[in-house]
Amino acid sequence: MRATARLSCPARRDDGESGRDVSGAPGGGATGLVCSAWGGGMEGDAGPGGARRALGHLVEAVLASRGEANAVFDILAVLQSEDQEEIQEAVHACSRLFGALLARGELFVGPLPSEEMVLTGSRGATRKYKVWMRHRYQSCCNRLGELLAHPSFQVKELALSTLMKFVQLEGEHPLEQPKWEGNYLFPHQLFRLVVGGLLSPEEDRSLLLSQFREYLEHDDIRYHTMQAASDTVARATDGRPEVPLAFWNNAFMLLSSVSLPRQEGTLSSFYVKHTELSDKWKVVHLKEHRKAFQQMWLRFLKHQLPLRVCKKVLVIMHDSILPHLVQPSLMIDFLTRAYDIGGAVSLLALNGLFILIHKHNLEYPDFYRKLYGLLDPSVFHVKYRARFFHLADLFLSSSHLPAYLVAAFAKRLARLALTAPPEALLMVLPFICNLLRRHPACRVLMHRPRGPELDADPYDPTEEDPAQSRALESSLWELQALQQHYHPEVSKAASAINQALSVPEVSIAPLLEVTAFEIFERDLKKKGPESVPLEFIPARGLLGRREDLCAQLFTLS
Amino acid sequence: MGKARSAARGRASAAPAGPWGGRARPNPNPFEVKVNRQKFQVLGRKTRHDVGLPGVSRARALQKRTQTLLKEYKERDKSSVFRDKRFGEYNSSISPEEKMMKRFALEQQRQHEKKSIYNLNEDEELTHYGQSLADIEKHNDIVDSDSDAEDQGVLSAELTATHFGGGGGPLPGKAAQQPGGGEEPPKSRRELIEELIARSKQEKRERQAQREDALELTEKLDQDWKEIQALLARKTPKSETGGGKEKPEPDAYDMMVRELGFEMKAQPSNRMKTEEELAREEQARLRRLEAERLRRMLGREEDAHSKRLKHLSADDLNDGFVLDTDDRRLLSYKDGKMNVEEEPSGDASGGESGEEEEEGEGWSEGGPEDSDSPDGHSDLESDAGSEDARGPDSPDGLESDAESEVTSERPQRGPCPSPGERLTRDDRAAARAELPYTFAVPESFEELKSLLLGKSTEDQLLVVERIQKCNHPSLAVGNKAKLEKLFGFLLEYIGDLAASDPPELCVIDKLVVPLYNLCQMFPESASDAVKFVLRDAMHEMEGTVETTGRAAFPGLDVLIYLKIAGMLFPTSDFWHPVITPALLCLSQLLTKCPVQSLQDVVKGLFVCCVFLDYVSLSQRFIPELINFLAGILHMAIPNKQSQGYTLVHPFRAHGKNSELLLVSDEEDMATWQRRSLPLQWAGSLKAQSKTEANHTRLSCLAVCLALVRRCVVAYGPLPSFHDITQPLRALLTEYLSARCCPAALQELSRSILTEMESQPRHCRPLVCEKSKPVPLKLFTPRLVKVLEFGRKQGSTKEEQERRRLIHKHKREFKGAVREIRKDNQFLARMRLSEIMERDAERKRKVKQLFNSLATQEGEWKALKRKKLKK
Repeated sequence: MRATARLSCPARRDDGESGRDVSGAPGGGATGLVCSAWGGGMEGDAGPGGARRALGHLVEAVLASRGEANAVFDILAVLQSEDQEEIQEAVHACSRLFGALLARGELFVGPLPSEEMVLTGSRGATRKYKVWMRHRYQSCCNRLGELLAHPSFQVKELALSTLMKFVQLEGEHPLEQPKWEGNYLFPHQLFRLVVGGLLSPEEDRSLLLSQFREYLEHDDIRYHTMQAASDTVARATDGRPEVPLAFWNNAFMLLSSVSLPRQEGTLSSFYVKHTELSDKWKVVHLKEHRKAFQQMWLRFLKHQLPLRVCKKVLVIMHDSILPHLVQPSLMIDFLTRAYDIGGAVSLLALNGLFILIHKHNLEYPDFYRKLYGLLDPSVFHVKYRARFFHLADLFLSSSHLPAYLVAAFAKRLARLALTAPPEALLMVLPFICNLLRRHPACRVLMHRPRGPELDADPYDPTEEDPAQSRALESSLWELQALQQHYHPEVSKAASAINQALSVPEVSIAPLLEVTAFEIFERDLKKKGPESVPLEFIPARGLLGRREDLCAQLFTLS
Repeated sequence: MGKARSAARGRASAAPAGPWGGRARPNPNPFEVKVNRQKFQVLGRKTRHDVGLPGVSRARALQKRTQTLLKEYKERDKSSVFRDKRFGEYNSSISPEEKMMKRFALEQQRQHEKKSIYNLNEDEELTHYGQSLADIEKHNDIVDSDSDAEDQGVLSAELTATHFGGGGGPLPGKAAQQPGGGEEPPKSRRELIEELIARSKQEKRERQAQREDALELTEKLDQDWKEIQALLARKTPKSETGGGKEKPEPDAYDMMVRELGFEMKAQPSNRMKTEEELAREEQARLRRLEAERLRRMLGREEDAHSKRLKHLSADDLNDGFVLDTDDRRLLSYKDGKMNVEEEPSGDASGGESGEEEEEGEGWSEGGPEDSDSPDGHSDLESDAGSEDARGPDSPDGLESDAESEVTSERPQRGPCPSPGERLTRDDRAAARAELPYTFAVPESFEELKSLLLGKSTEDQLLVVERIQKCNHPSLAVGNKAKLEKLFGFLLEYIGDLAASDPPELCVIDKLVVPLYNLCQMFPESASDAVKFVLRDAMHEMEGTVETTGRAAFPGLDVLIYLKIAGMLFPTSDFWHPVITPALLCLSQLLTKCPVQSLQDVVKGLFVCCVFLDYVSLSQRFIPELINFLAGILHMAIPNKQSQGYTLVHPFRAHGKNSELLLVSDEEDMATWQRRSLPLQWAGSLKAQSKTEANHTRLSCLAVCLALVRRCVVAYGPLPSFHDITQPLRALLTEYLSARCCPAALQELSRSILTEMESQPRHCRPLVCEKSKPVPLKLFTPRLVKVLEFGRKQGSTKEEQERRRLIHKHKREFKGAVREIRKDNQFLARMRLSEIMERDAERKRKVKQLFNSLATQEGEWKALKRKKLKK
């Protein structure tokens, strides 16, 4: 019955145990205290319901009189528990308790003095109480920050929502003195704790981050998240030779979920309720948001990112990063670096580069040569095929390109088409035909009357410079070969070069995203005019006739 | 006045059309001509009144008036009218002879006036020798009838008497007196007539008696026949008893006749066909099917030939109208002689039949090969010790059983079972006595499975066959749907067998045959079932591909399905509802499934095999296949430099699986022997010892090289063959240079390389086909009504008509008024002249009177003077 004794004289309790409790260490005393509290409070009914009731009583008691303040220790002790249910109950209790205290203004306001100093000093008991309670609040927040790494997602989520509730309340009732009238105050410390917890280097926090995304709807939270995140990211490599992948993933997740409004407008949806908004606050201006946004991304991209994260960034670059930057040309470094990596990353960097070239006057030397270099057999097999060909179509749509360049591209694509799957062929064949349509000078590739018969293809596939590839002297024999393709639609598409091309271009936009499965479904649904033709040579066995390859190369057992 | 007006109007309208037109006159008096000069010549306007003859027309009008109006005027107080109705009396255009003819005809007509308009036959009476045909007919009828023959006779006698007897009434009394009175030998005319009458009466009576006799005789005959009939047929009593009240029962004879009529007769049929003929028919069928297949392979539409027009005429309106083919023969000459039409089929058919025979030999040579291949398998099977002596025969025998059942509805396929096989049937029947003979078609897959599972291969086959037999579509209505379902269940069962561990491939091998037969019976449902299975497999793959970008190789069942699809449907079609999706499925297997184990290699190679078999006839190009083979070869090469080729998606140049097929052990290489890959390995590859694994690797490599060789042969004619096979060439040279493979493989790859090099490099520049010039479109001109200037426009036809009438009416009215005025003037003039005449008369008379009076006076005075003188 030690707990009851302590509750009866808070002053003495303060003397005795304060240091240990404030430090927040889950010592034996604390657990012992919990046990005793449980034992005293509710011997008969153990279980969540009982725990909730007991904690409820404690909270009621603390809120009712300052004399009962020691019960806070019990609540905090339950927070340290191993049991998931108990922790949840304790978090609920803390939320209620400190929420009420914050609302009442019973926490100390201003820079927090150390507990020892205050307690030994001879100030008023109220001030002592407030400082003491503020310290408890502090330890509670720290504990909640730790709980963000709890294995159970429910606990994590609860901890996050509780912390955010504290952020809201603390924003409304700031714990620091305003320096002047109308000063904008935000619990930076607390919020940084939250963001730091989210950007854990240890494990993937994508679920929690998606929970956090709904807070990012609010303008102030978004602004402060950007600030906090840019700090955290900037300090990521400090003192660590290697940053784990999980951190980058978490960081990317958080950063990519920040989306600024497109239009200039009043930013008024604030998470922390303010009676009136001042025009002097940075947080209301979109420009400041953009600055923060830019800084955050630049700090993030400054690092040597893993390729996978790099790809992810590049995927969203043109759509959700570049338009919001104050100075998009700052991305040049990152994009050129990515473009030089080669492979799929280069393909992706193309999109961002295109926007910079197109909208921001970027001069990129040997752009087409590099683009030509990007064409290798893998372009038809990568995931970003549609995006790449969409851009390539854009780049090659200019009618001012020299004929040798276009011819080189057409020939290169035709050569690559010899290894492409049908879905890619259905797209690339019209693409080549479009190139020939746009540039009548290149039609010699498909129509060269009275040309001499050649021994070998004059086109040099290994040449990196399209100007030297001698594509204009060649013909598109590859397409002629593809007329023998097994898929009827591909064969038809390749046969287009047999006739003079029709004038209007074929839009390749609907063909870009076609997958093999779509073609498969389409073929299945297609109805022939006649009944299903049947094989007329009767089947004799599984491996077929003797001259069949299967029968030659395989046996049944 | 009204009368006058109407007359005047008639005159006005008649005047311009009159026979004396001004212009018609040969030489008009120039002083009488009045010329209406035109100020402007208007093109297209008709000028009607340029020259007028006022004097002439006035004289004409005057003359007309004197003829009509003046007459009326003079007869104005007279009421009786004389009208001459003689035909053409005043018509001068008819010659007098004609006039007389017409008048006679009219006279005749008036006499022949019909009495009734409904009587069509009355107008003319047909006669024969002056006698009316109608009368003759009536007379005949009367003679025929028996009933009133006597009356007729009497009447006719009297008539004849009156007619021939002349004026004096030949009364009976007088007649009686006369014979009695004088018996002069020369009979009088009267006596002759009497005699005649008597004779005719006699004859008539005799005829009647004769007829009655004949009737009696026939009745008697009927009676007799009935008696005899009773003896002939036994059933007469019945008919007698029933026949009294009811309608007469059909005669037994009739019944017999009917029966005979309905009895099945032996129809004249075609003679039995000889073996050769059958073979030739079979051949013709195969050739037709092959031609059909070729057409589909090239992707032509069925009626492309018939629809295409050979020649477009310059007058073709491009409206789709096609004149039917003109198959008239044009007359032509050759060497001065006319080309007489000879049937061109004679020669051609001779040639064809020659060809047929040749092909027939080819086919019959092929036949035994075909037929003995399953035998070979079954031999193997029997070696394995599964069954006793009847093993080898069983598949063929079963097949023939199944076929003999099926042939009833479809044309005969395959050769008939030889008698030797038939002999063994009894044994088999004895051996399988325990199996029930009838099976219901399973309603679900589970049912089929329970039926088949646990039985031996042959029993399973027998069960399937019996199910098929017992539920043949011709036996009951619902059987078709049931058997259609059976195909799906069998397919599923095969999938099950293939997925089991170890896969029961031998059973599948045998089950393929009933599957094929079912497919031939129900193509639609079979294709649906295969499509369903393929879709299932692809969906499964799609799911994993969407999430991870790759998928594991599917189980053996999917591969088996693909193989079976290729056997059921023609794989060479340009487009086929089942095969085209199946091709895509194969392509997906090769591009989306990374090779991660030896088992995957076997599977992939099998897929390649199936793929190449699919295109073996059409020789179509498969890029994925080349990629895959290159990837497999890449796996077999040690310390790769990766020059001259790039690997695509499922393969990686470096990685954990990039040396999967590498064999480094010299000894294993030496002991390896080339053999075909067992398909079972694709289902489940048992853990092998190191040597075995190495051997497997080498076998896979051998298969891969064989496939490469096949590709090289198949794609040799493609235009950019060397670009296509460039990666393969690089890989092979690298492989050879590595010198880490058995001699056989080295040899093989070297031969492939030389074959590649030997393919000609022809690079003829591409030239587009010349497109036909688009014919100019010729259209018939469209007629649009040109609206003339000056005409009242913008109104409907009715409105225009109304206006025209109003205008006409106005003009007519004016003309009429003018005419009336002129009539009045004329009449006034006439009256005046009359008055003048009268006055002159009176004056003359008065003068005459005065004259006479003056003479009287003078005479009287002279007398008086005389008297006085005297």
